[in-house]
Amino acid sequence: MLPIQYYIGLSAILFTLGALGVLIRRNAIVIFMSIELMLNASNLAFVAFARLHGSLTGQLFVFFVMAVAAAEVAVGLALIVAIFRTKQSIDIDQLNSLKG
Amino acid sequence: MLLSEASSAGGYFNLVPWVVFFPVIGLLINAFFGGLFLKRGKAGEGLVGGIASAAVGLSFVISTLLAVSLASHPEGQVVVLADWITIGELNLHWGFQVDTLSVTMMLVVSGVGTLIHIYAIGYMHEDVRHKGDPSRFRRFFVFMNLFIAAMMVLVGSDNYLMLFVGWEGVGLCSYLLIGFWYDKGQDGIGNAIAGKKAFITNRVGDFGFMLAAFSIFWAFGSFNFHEVFEKVPEISQALPGVILAITMFMLLGVTGKSAQLPLFVWLPDAMAGPTPVSALIHAATMVTAGVYLVARSAPLYTAVPQAQNWVTMVGALTALFAATIAVAQFDIKRVLAYSTISQLGFMVAAVGMGAFVAGMFHLVTHAFFKALLFLSAGSVIQGVERGHHHVEHDAHLKKQLKGHAHDFDPQDMRNMGGMRKQMKLTFWVYLIGAVALAGIPPLAGFWSKDEILAEASTLNPKAYWLLTAAAFLTAFYMGRQIILVFFGKARSPAAEHAKESPAVMTVPLIILAMLSFAGGAFNLPGLHTFTHWVEHTLEFVHAGEFNMLVAGLSILLAVIAILLSGWIYFNRYRQMQELPVAKRPDDPLRQFLGPVFTWLNHKWYVDELYKMVILDPYVALSRFLADTVDWRFWHDWFHERVIKAGFDRLSALLAVRVDLGGIDAVANGLGAATQRLARSLRQVETGYVRNYALSIFLGVVLIIGYLILR
Repeated sequence: MLPIQYYIGLSAILFTLGALGVLIRRNAIVIFMSIELMLNASNLAFVAFARLHGSLTGQLFVFFVMAVAAAEVAVGLALIVAIFRTKQSIDIDQLNSLKG
Repeated sequence: MLLSEASSAGGYFNLVPWVVFFPVIGLLINAFFGGLFLKRGKAGEGLVGGIASAAVGLSFVISTLLAVSLASHPEGQVVVLADWITIGELNLHWGFQVDTLSVTMMLVVSGVGTLIHIYAIGYMHEDVRHKGDPSRFRRFFVFMNLFIAAMMVLVGSDNYLMLFVGWEGVGLCSYLLIGFWYDKGQDGIGNAIAGKKAFITNRVGDFGFMLAAFSIFWAFGSFNFHEVFEKVPEISQALPGVILAITMFMLLGVTGKSAQLPLFVWLPDAMAGPTPVSALIHAATMVTAGVYLVARSAPLYTAVPQAQNWVTMVGALTALFAATIAVAQFDIKRVLAYSTISQLGFMVAAVGMGAFVAGMFHLVTHAFFKALLFLSAGSVIQGVERGHHHVEHDAHLKKQLKGHAHDFDPQDMRNMGGMRKQMKLTFWVYLIGAVALAGIPPLAGFWSKDEILAEASTLNPKAYWLLTAAAFLTAFYMGRQIILVFFGKARSPAAEHAKESPAVMTVPLIILAMLSFAGGAFNLPGLHTFTHWVEHTLEFVHAGEFNMLVAGLSILLAVIAILLSGWIYFNRYRQMQELPVAKRPDDPLRQFLGPVFTWLNHKWYVDELYKMVILDPYVALSRFLADTVDWRFWHDWFHERVIKAGFDRLSALLAVRVDLGGIDAVANGLGAATQRLARSLRQVETGYVRNYALSIFLGVVLIIGYLILR
């Protein structure tokens, strides 16, 4: 069995990629996919630790995260479609009407 | 309740509060219902006056019952009515001292008072019509009853403080009644000014009385007569100066109330009151309160001979001084006023030198004949007024007046003359009063005055000579007055048509005339009824020796004085009347005395002197205080400059510097700072999602970093 460090390392890399994606990319759908990446990075860490400790709690959390992610995708895509209809664009740099 | 107790050991002593209650009841009835009664015209006036007279008459009945009880229990009794003040050791009550001295005063006050009340029914009936305000009839009797009540409190009290209540009460009534016609008199305020003068002059005396009362409490720890007098020997050993101070302060009170030098000036002006007031208050009763006070305080005075000497000299000097003024007055009531001052001087001198019985005896007889004289003078005045009225309404007679009608003075003796024919009864009673006052035996005035003179001849020769001279002048001015008023020819149409007064006025006059005639019987030499009566109360009493030489001399002087006045005013006056009006002097005495007469006529210029020495500096001081100190200093400078300007400056400072510069600046500054902060914080809100996301990441990194590195 692979040592736990590999799983955590992979999870951290995936999370970092996701976070960078959220911060850098302008396309709303790509940002969405980056968020999914961060969620799945955490899922990986949960499952790895659950296996390490021989407990089912981590796996249970993964199910929760997946359910929430599915709901989030549904709401988020609906929002993106609504935004696209008004703005004819999904570039989030154009969504800055909250500027102070 | 009181009646049932009356039969017990103390006789009728327990009835004593009723001497005060009856007049109070009378005044309450008249005060509340008098207006209703008066609507019935003359009958209503009779009812109002009758109630008032009956109230005083019932007081007299009570006083008589007290006297009857005293005859069997001469030691008297203190009747406590109610508690008054209880503070610490001071325990004062409303208590009545029933003894021979106080009951004597009660008899005089209520007896003479009743007669004067009855007389006043007739007098005021005309007076209110003559002065044009009949509604004041009721007020008059209310005040008179109030006066009797206050006077009874004064003479009945068993302590100095209650006495002071009565003392102030009679002063108030005196003020109210002097100013009874407050809208009349010189310039329409003359009477009000006279009342004010009496009140303020009395205030000076009251101040002395109060100091005396306070000193008594300080030295003796009590106001009660018994307790004070018991301690006199002890205290006079320890604090002789205090007793002297008390007696001297009390003397000041006496000079105020009893119109002695130097505070006598109010009494002549007090004649502005209606004549019954002059008779009751300013001749028979209130003004004798000072004499009563000294007699009551006999144990204090006998402890300090120095004070006695002062009292005697004040009295004797006043007696002579006032008698000289009386000689040269033209107003019928003013002559009597100065005569009253003079006779009060006799009494004060008598009680001062320790002849308490003689002083009290003279007080009683004087009350009779001076009340008689004043009431008869009132009768004369109204007789003249009636004559004047008659003349004014008779077109034929009116021509004779030649325009003098407006300033006609019914009290001026120069307008009288020959009135014995028109007013026979008044003439006879006036004559009896005058002879009694002049000191011709066997009338009352002789016995009492002679007792004073006899005592003075042994106790204080200096006072004796002063009083003898005063007695001589007394006989002279009374002779002058009688002749000016009743003899010779009428000097005005009004006097010629004078009419006698009604019976309601003349009957009291007759009773008083009888008392004036026979009043001397109370204390005839050898019998000393009155002396034995009073000696139950005053232990310093001694029966006066009848001194043939003194009596002879005073009779001789009186007769000479009357003859002299007769010669001057019968002969000379008749001769003067022959002269043309322009050359005619108003008084033959002016020829003999020259400028002295003017001097006397102006009352030794005492009023002017007081005006110059006291009033003018006082007014100047008040002006100075009002104009300079109060207005210019306090108002203009202190209020305007210091307070107002200072306040303005302070409020400007507060408004501009503190409020605008401080508080507002802080508030505005807070707002501005918040705005500035918000403006700078706005920069953060870019509106780009990734900026927010970056912040969240950085925040998470910071928190996790903190958690890890902790």
